[in-house]
Amino acid sequence: MNDMTITRAEREAKLEGMGCKRKRVEDIRFTQGKGNYVDDVKLPGMLHGDFVRSPHPHARIKSIDKEKALKVPGVLAVLTAEDLKGVNLAWMPTLAGDVQMVLADGKVLFQNQEVAFVVATDRYAADDGINAVEVEYEALPVLVDPFHAMDPDAPVLREDLAGKTEGAHGPRRHHNHIFEWTVGDRDLTDAAFRKAEVTIKEMISYHRTHPSPLETCQCLCSFDKVKGELTIYGTFQAPHVIRTVVALIAKIPEHKIHVIAPDIGGGFGNKVGAYPGYICAAVASIVTGRPVKWVEDRIENLCATSFARDYHMTTEIAATKEGKVTGLRVHVLADHGAFDACADPSKWPAGFFNIVTGSYDFPTAHLAVDGVYTNKAPGGVAYRCSFRVTEAAYCIERAMDILAQKLGMDPAELRLKNFIRQEQFPYHSALGWEYDSGDYHTAMKKMMEVVDYAGLRREQAEKRAAFQRGETREIMGLGISFFTEIVGAGPSKNCDILGIAMFDSCEIRLHPTGAGIARMGTKSQGQGHETTWAQIIATEIGIPADDIMVEEGNTDTAPYGLGTYGSRSTPVAGAAIAMAARKVKAKAQMIAAYRLEVHEDDLEWDIDGFRVKGLPEKFLGMKDICWIAYNAPPPGMEPGLEAVSYYDPPNMTYPFGAYLCVMDIDVDTGVYKVRRFYALDDCGTRINPMIIEGQVHGGLTEAFAIAMGQEIRYDENGNVVTGSFMDFFLPTAVETPHWETDFTVTPSPHHPIGAKGVGESPNVGGVPAFSNAVNDAFSFLGSTHIQMPHDFWRNWQAAKTLGAV
Amino acid sequence: MIPGPFQFHRPQSVADAVKLLSSLGDEARPLAGGHSLVPMMKLRLATPEHLVDLHGIGALKGIRREGDTLVIGAMTTQHELVASPEIAALVPIVKETSLQIAEPQVRYRGTLGGNVANGDPGNDMPGLMMALGARYRLEGPDGVRDVDAVDFYQGAYFTALEPGELLTEIAIPVPPSGHGYAYEKLKRKIGDYATAAAAVVLTLSAGKVATCRIGLTNLSETPLLAEDAAACVIGITLDEATLAKAADLARAVMQPAADGRGPAEYRTHVGGIMVMRALKRAAARAA
Repeated sequence: MNDMTITRAEREAKLEGMGCKRKRVEDIRFTQGKGNYVDDVKLPGMLHGDFVRSPHPHARIKSIDKEKALKVPGVLAVLTAEDLKGVNLAWMPTLAGDVQMVLADGKVLFQNQEVAFVVATDRYAADDGINAVEVEYEALPVLVDPFHAMDPDAPVLREDLAGKTEGAHGPRRHHNHIFEWTVGDRDLTDAAFRKAEVTIKEMISYHRTHPSPLETCQCLCSFDKVKGELTIYGTFQAPHVIRTVVALIAKIPEHKIHVIAPDIGGGFGNKVGAYPGYICAAVASIVTGRPVKWVEDRIENLCATSFARDYHMTTEIAATKEGKVTGLRVHVLADHGAFDACADPSKWPAGFFNIVTGSYDFPTAHLAVDGVYTNKAPGGVAYRCSFRVTEAAYCIERAMDILAQKLGMDPAELRLKNFIRQEQFPYHSALGWEYDSGDYHTAMKKMMEVVDYAGLRREQAEKRAAFQRGETREIMGLGISFFTEIVGAGPSKNCDILGIAMFDSCEIRLHPTGAGIARMGTKSQGQGHETTWAQIIATEIGIPADDIMVEEGNTDTAPYGLGTYGSRSTPVAGAAIAMAARKVKAKAQMIAAYRLEVHEDDLEWDIDGFRVKGLPEKFLGMKDICWIAYNAPPPGMEPGLEAVSYYDPPNMTYPFGAYLCVMDIDVDTGVYKVRRFYALDDCGTRINPMIIEGQVHGGLTEAFAIAMGQEIRYDENGNVVTGSFMDFFLPTAVETPHWETDFTVTPSPHHPIGAKGVGESPNVGGVPAFSNAVNDAFSFLGSTHIQMPHDFWRNWQAAKTLGAV
Repeated sequence: MIPGPFQFHRPQSVADAVKLLSSLGDEARPLAGGHSLVPMMKLRLATPEHLVDLHGIGALKGIRREGDTLVIGAMTTQHELVASPEIAALVPIVKETSLQIAEPQVRYRGTLGGNVANGDPGNDMPGLMMALGARYRLEGPDGVRDVDAVDFYQGAYFTALEPGELLTEIAIPVPPSGHGYAYEKLKRKIGDYATAAAAVVLTLSAGKVATCRIGLTNLSETPLLAEDAAACVIGITLDEATLAKAADLARAVMQPAADGRGPAEYRTHVGGIMVMRALKRAAARAA
């Protein structure tokens, strides 16, 4: 290649590096049905496992009779808790410091809990076997409402914890109490409220919902008795963590455990934790000596593997009458279900909920979170958000609107008045975080200008007047959300999972001909890592993205990493990529200096190679350097060109955004129409604008679903009534609004490439925008807060309660 | 989500199907499009030992005109109803309603016969068939009989079908040209059953309603004919007061269940709104 004949712009374009709208390389196989998912993996002699599940939400198990099931043709084994006790696996540890039954041990604590595991030659036989297992239950009183969990006479759910007054996160006050977590200065905050000219108080609930990825949770376990090795194919967002957890609880040496996460069809937090299906399939494979596959169906996914949210947030703001906030006080009642199986960093029982001061300069704040047990499925995972951040963003964004309403102030004006100012960054929040960077006023003003906020408010005023004159039955709402996220868990000083520090990793190996492979500790579930990781490398070391293969998900070959969730991949692994690439580049520079016969300091980087300063014709491209590195390295230098980096981030990153939702609601039917949705995201440096746009579209669609109807609901008897996509709202393209996306760029000062992460921003910021739009629509009729989800009948009910119907 | 074991039969004639259904008894179920039965089987809420697949019977398909009646074979799919020029020309409300059933994938397989015969109160066609005054042909071991749609439905999943009987044809009296029609369906999302739906077929004479029938979907254990509501608009030019009166009369016969679509009070309320909207739109379309 004669690099002088093509322009610099052409050389740059050929790399398809950062900033390029590179098409997703993984889509070639995904769109042609050529993906390789867990259920595509078939091993010789493979068996299938399936669960007998409890129809009762709370019951004692009197007996389990396997006899008839074992006679069903094809059924080989039926495992119960008694069998698992033999290998000390009837219970397993959760990521939150609790323990969880693998199979029901003496009693069941939620409907659809795993009671027995039937292993058979095919799925049909397994299901026949399930129907033949006879379980005798004695129903017990059911606890559904978390607000009654700590009543003196509330039923005792966790008999295994009898007498334990100390939990994983401090004292327990009641037999159904899990933890109390407090942050902030209580006295200072109380004082701020005593002095406040204006206060608001509202119980803001974020209902229970579910990540519901397209592909459900599943695994295939194969134990090789001769080698004593266990291979697990699974839908794991964090394959290495799974390997370590298996090593710790199954007492198999870690080098004899091979965890492989192949293509994954969406995770959204659902695939971070460990589930009974994994343990049972592994045990069944050890017992039978054959591979055992377990695949959840949709009902099981919605009803048993980890839910999200169920946070009930009593929120108070103190302010001056001019609208300057002076204090924030929040108490959260957190419903964790039957076991605390929250997937948070271990020392953070309420995740990073202490980001609840949001984008605002609160001089003081206090937060207390009480976790309680109920007869519901366990979990509390971060559904496309960093840990409990979407709850926090919803809480503060809703509360700011309520304060604006009380002050008779425009909610945009209130926000502008209280934003953390650009010159305050790095900003230390009252609840303990150091925000890295931000420019909130610019983002907010851009949003208001693009959407013509003032014009929309004028239109709303006219529409309200028309409604009151009886000329229309439609009301209009404007929902603002200005969120600040905290992502990129995380710095080892803050975060670990079961003692494992939350670093991430990248190994880059360049081949002699100038192509290469990057192996990662992360695991894409659809985020497009194969595309974007290569783009970072392309920009850093001048090898075209097309010539870099990205490989993730095999714990035998990938460097140890903590996986993909909580928008941590770009903040943590993205940094590891840049650092590994820079190590490669440093060696390449030594090679180039030797070849060009100059000192290293006399070289400058130029897109895809090194050039001697002041001598533009003396240039050595990376492709050539790769060949030299292997075949003719400088004397004394080891051959080869590769590097590995484990990156422990110095801080979290703090993406933010300004969203606006314009909604019309027909009060007679409660039917809403999202007329316009504008989303401005600032995720720092943008690696692939097209992937960012796709991420924002997907996250907003989920936010829309959650705010407008998606819920896991239990009736008063503890039966889950939203166990299928008929009742669990998953919008189609028809229901989904049109999304307008926009951006500002405020790089992270501590991240090697300035990127902050974007995958979860739209879910975090979207929910409050929708809910604020509904609440804003109804506010002129006298309401201050209407709980989510805002589905048609609830909107109608609100209208009726307010006298509009 | 795996069905239990069953025997599969594919007869080639109605007579053979009837023979199979009557000899195999309660444990046999006819299989049309399968969009109600197969999900029930996967949940093992239905565990038939025999499935009698009707796809081998050519005589059960097709749309033909017989005088003033349009006769539709039970195995005619909803997609075929949507695509049919006769339907579009003669009973366009059947097309309008078909397009609101689930989504295209379901409509390629789902059949008119299955939709009306299953007795699911959520199905859209039964209420419409009542509004159109349709009759169903039932063929069984004791011969052939015709039952009016309005007499067919007895309760949720309970119909006039006797053991061994098969619904083979739907006969729809062709409404007079210039008639007005509308199917108003409120649903949570594409693919959902109605929260409430109303089918209206009417004719006008000098601006006043001459004839009117109103069918209701998913507002009781069975589809309903809102006769009082329809009677109250006869001889009247539809105004807001009359529409409100018709809605209230229709609400009086509704007994919806509370479910994820909303409490009974809400479903009844919007049921009335659907009636008003359907009446209004039908009248606007009538010549």
